[in-house]
Amino acid sequence: MEERNFICICCPMGCSLTVVMKGEEVVEVAGNTCKRGDIYARNEVINPMRMVTSTVKVIGGRENVVSVKTKEDIPKGKIFECVRALKDVKVNAPVYMGDTIMKNVANTGVDIVATKNVECKEA
Amino acid sequence: MKEYDIVIIGGGPAGLAAAVSAKKNGIKNILILERDKELGGILNQCIHNGFGLHTFKEELTGPEYAEKFIQQVKEGKIEYKRNTMVTDISPKKVVTAMNHEEGLFEIQAKAVVLAMGCRERARGALNIPGYRPAGIFSAGTAQRFVNMEGYLPGREVVILGSGDIGLIMARRMTFEGAKVKVVAELMPYSGGLKRNIVQCLDDYGIPLKLRHTVVDIKGKKRLEGVVLAEVDERGKPISGTEEFYSCDTLLLSVGLIPENELSMAMGVEINPVTMGPEVNEILETSMEGVFACGNVLHVHDLVDFVSQEAATAGKNAALYVKMGNTRKRKGKKILLNAKEGIRYTVPGAIHVENMDENLMVRFRVDNVYKNCYINMYLNDERVMHKKCLVLTPGEMEEIKLIKEDLLSYPNLKTITLKIEEA
Ligand SMILES: Cc1cc2nc3c(=O)[nH]c(=O)nc-3n(C[C@H](O)[C@H](O)[C@H](O)COP(=O)(O)OP(=O)(O)OC[C@H]3O[C@@H](n4cnc5c(N)ncnc54)[C@H](O)[C@@H]3O)c2cc1C
Ligand code: SF4
Repeated sequence: MEERNFICICCPMGCSLTVVMKGEEVVEVAGNTCKRGDIYARNEVINPMRMVTSTVKVIGGRENVVSVKTKEDIPKGKIFECVRALKDVKVNAPVYMGDTIMKNVANTGVDIVATKNVECKEA
Repeated sequence: MKEYDIVIIGGGPAGLAAAVSAKKNGIKNILILERDKELGGILNQCIHNGFGLHTFKEELTGPEYAEKFIQQVKEGKIEYKRNTMVTDISPKKVVTAMNHEEGLFEIQAKAVVLAMGCRERARGALNIPGYRPAGIFSAGTAQRFVNMEGYLPGREVVILGSGDIGLIMARRMTFEGAKVKVVAELMPYSGGLKRNIVQCLDDYGIPLKLRHTVVDIKGKKRLEGVVLAEVDERGKPISGTEEFYSCDTLLLSVGLIPENELSMAMGVEINPVTMGPEVNEILETSMEGVFACGNVLHVHDLVDFVSQEAATAGKNAALYVKMGNTRKRKGKKILLNAKEGIRYTVPGAIHVENMDENLMVRFRVDNVYKNCYINMYLNDERVMHKKCLVLTPGEMEEIKLIKEDLLSYPNLKTITLKIEEA
């Protein structure tokens, strides 16, 4: 049996998790305060996932940029591809929280959505 | 002069939650004053995720978390003024504020909630020799530039201080194409949340150098590099350990201080450790009918706790408006002593008769403690002995006081909290 230690990053509590492995199989997860910690630990040993947050440029808005996120977590290895894909994206104001900015970013099957409202610049 | 039952100074998460809670507790005549152009406070620039799991059971970014409360404020038809700076609060609770439309104006409040948040420690507070070239920013200022103005302050970055904002900015600048070379931390431990170290540094292979500081700044007009050195136990640089890092940007993430100029001018007593107001069991400051919550009271790392604390302050402000000081300061004052390992507690003193059924006491420790116990004593008797795997100064802790237990304790004089190492 092998033990691996993680810090749960699903929320700012940052619980210290211990995963007991038998070969490729997860035998037990300990140290989590809630169920998300258990899920996180299992994923972290098999397929680590992250939410990516960034900004994209806005044309004609009250702000120059709007904040965005991946609607769900994407594989850790895809983070940079995702960030690069957002580099030259420009959207027209108005943009509202939850609007889809890009579909299927970096072939992850996950969309990019806005996390803020940016109204049009007053004429 | 216009009159309001409750005037809330600051429209960040604390001010918003206090307003919503005061409204729920039956007060209709509430006004929020915010100097920025948007409600939401510092959350507007915190575009990363990780907010609100405990409050909303879903993981939100800063602006999304703020929006939930802004919606509640709007649904409750709570009045607010943006672009409005409060310049003075008199001991009689006359609030002086100014904005473009109305100029300078005064408002009479029955109760005031202080929710002004905190600001970053300035570079002047640091003891770095050398020139002051362009390219040195506080991490929060850089966060604002990148996330709200879409402007990248530099390409090669060194970060001094491992507070959360610095850690978050290490990842953020990396995403924007900058090279973050190193994060240096004077202390032997990081001041940031564990998850930020994992998620913002480890994920990107950015080294964290503990017990290191900047000893020299190179460059006259624009920053060209910094020299880091290791420090000894007393924080003094060890000669021979100097190392040069070329960079065009130095971010400082060296801590936050509650913004209490208004409170102090009003005459509110300030706790020298937290730099926030002294408060009692109902989060009332030393001045009657003046409450405090959020980062102006003590620096929080989790906005969820800010919202909870603010809801308590809002509720008590509402009760104060309805009942005046009749329920105030009943019984004798019991001091909360922060002893071995505990830097402070909020509140610092309570009137047990006046407590709700339960009271959350929040505190911070002064060092990293592993496999230790949090002990609580009523007078000299130990009544709690709680095992903790790890306590760090970067993470706020809390314990619950139960009114019944305190009331039934004979001749209670003091409540003491201590850390005991195993
Ligand atoms: C730069 C920075 C980054 C942060 N990043 C994170 C993070 O990543 N994750 C996390 O969980 N927590 C983070 N925090 C902490 C968290 O956001 C805070 O705990 C929370 O925002 C505090 O809420 P608040 O309402 O007390 O203060 P604030 O959000 O600071 O709100 C205070 C409000 O009061 C207003 N105000 C101040 N003075 C006046 C005046 N005289 N007149 C009118 N209005 C006034 C300000 O404009 C501001 O809008 C961060 C804090 C800072 C300072
Ligand atoms: S286990 Fe649950 S409470 Fe602990 S950090 Fe993970 S999500 Fe947060």
